[in-house]
Amino acid sequence: MTRGLAWLALLGLVATPLAIVIGMGFGTPDSGVPPVIPPIGRDGWQGSLEAWGLIFEDSFYLDTFLRSLRLASVTAALCLVLGFAMAMGIASAPPGRQPLLLALVLLPFWTGFVLRLTAWVGLLRDNGWINGVLMQLGVIAEPLPLLYSDGALLLGMVHSYLPFAVLPLTAALAKRDLSLEEAAADLGARPATVFATVTLPLAAPAAAAAFLLVFIPAAGEVVIPEMLGAPDSMLIGRAIWGEFFQTRDWPAAAALSTALLALLLVPIALYQRLSVAK
Amino acid sequence: MSLLALEGVTRRFGAVAALDNLSLEIGAGEFFALLGGSGSGKSTLLRVVAGFEPPDAGRVLLRGADITRDPPPARDVAMMFQSYALFPHLSVADNIAYGLRRAGEGRAAIAARVAELVALVGLAGMEARRPRQLSGGQQQRVALARALARRPSLILLDEPLGALDSGLRERTGLELRALQRRLGASFVMVTHDQAEALALADRVAVLEQGRIAQVAAPRELYERPATRSIARFLGAANVIEAGTLPLRAETPAPAYALRPERIRRVDHPPEANGVTARVADLAFRGGDAVLLAQVEGGPLLRVILPAGAPLPEPGASLHLAWDAAALAPLAA
Repeated sequence: MTRGLAWLALLGLVATPLAIVIGMGFGTPDSGVPPVIPPIGRDGWQGSLEAWGLIFEDSFYLDTFLRSLRLASVTAALCLVLGFAMAMGIASAPPGRQPLLLALVLLPFWTGFVLRLTAWVGLLRDNGWINGVLMQLGVIAEPLPLLYSDGALLLGMVHSYLPFAVLPLTAALAKRDLSLEEAAADLGARPATVFATVTLPLAAPAAAAAFLLVFIPAAGEVVIPEMLGAPDSMLIGRAIWGEFFQTRDWPAAAALSTALLALLLVPIALYQRLSVAK
Repeated sequence: MSLLALEGVTRRFGAVAALDNLSLEIGAGEFFALLGGSGSGKSTLLRVVAGFEPPDAGRVLLRGADITRDPPPARDVAMMFQSYALFPHLSVADNIAYGLRRAGEGRAAIAARVAELVALVGLAGMEARRPRQLSGGQQQRVALARALARRPSLILLDEPLGALDSGLRERTGLELRALQRRLGASFVMVTHDQAEALALADRVAVLEQGRIAQVAAPRELYERPATRSIARFLGAANVIEAGTLPLRAETPAPAYALRPERIRRVDHPPEANGVTARVADLAFRGGDAVLLAQVEGGPLLRVILPAGAPLPEPGASLHLAWDAAALAPLAA
């Protein structure tokens, strides 16, 4: 019964939309509603590969893909490092305190996502708090161009995705066998060596999971670059958004989405293998 | 000079004193057992010596040097954990080599020592395996080899046989003792199993509520327990309060321990050091039989009848007797 429901949900909510998106990538743009002619009509095949040609036509989309993957990697790496430190802190807190600390990590989820980013805008813009305070103190004469930069973008990305890294790391570190670390210390390892030779290697699967849980959604992020990033640094999420809503070239948007999904299948498959190995 | 000395060590967890002003000396080359039930403080004592629990008061001395404040890596002791705590991501050889690497020994010296230890504990050919690919008994031997690797002054063993099947326990225990004798190493073992402590150790300390109730060689501990609780704990002796039975003991005492195997059946009721009782229960155990004999208006005596002896019928009346020397006076 539940199994049937699960298959039904997979079919209706995942497989069908996916098939529509992939199919749309082989359609042709139209001025009607929806603005696309499906690749298969009453007379059989009527689709085209034009949208796919667009992706490889010049280096614009390839650069966009690369820039997105680079941003996702840096975001995931920073989230991993920060998240590891936070997870170690939470895991070594008294067991009674851990739920509270975890709740604090999740607390930002309870406020609106866009609201939190708007708060960053308020902090970072030319007449925002940070520039205001620095100018009042006389540290700077002119406001620093903080907002709409790669730095602001990265800040917003790490801020938003950090909980995705903290949760799997905390789960793994909280249930680790402390006697292994005691055994290492007993055998002459100082705390830094215990961490490097026992704690870290044993947390590696969780660290990989944390990295991928950030990397995968970060690669297609739309809203954060839109609100905090530099307007000229095009990312794939924004490119898809543009093709869909501005150019109204749905086949191009669908082809780009399919290409992004194909790219992300590699890390997703890696993650699957890691979870199975555990 | 003793190898390990504890002077007035106290360790509290909240209001509970896990170790209560405990003093103890252990000699070099000794196989010493800390015996006690759960909550007696025996594991805490081991962790204080290893450096994992800082004592609230008192000193720990190793070869006369005060190590009370030394962190675990600085101590010349090695612990074998109850769970073995083998590194799951390292091979058998790398587990054993872990301490040698931390000591900065050369590659060739480490390889030679690992080979020596692997042969010592009979795991040759398994160097490349991971701990989860080993049986419980093999894991136990890896843990032992890892603890021995750096030739520490003292090896601490936390319930070393506790995780093994009962069939394997006796043989492994004897191997452990043979190894300790051969290497001349000093072992301090924590156990809750009195038979294990008596069988393996040179001396046994019985711990009760964070204090040492008695320290003695196994035979003395068994024959001459100091208190009622030790007598009951070790070998389930009968504790006979003075005046409840016609006793004629060598030493006057408030109570006596009487071992169940020291009571025998006799044909006629003796005047003293004997009693007439009724068979309350009887259990044949193969090697011997346990008899619970109810003395009219007196205690229930636990008696072990040797193999081959005729067994009485349940409810039958019988005469029991013992020697005056079998009555071990109890102080408390």
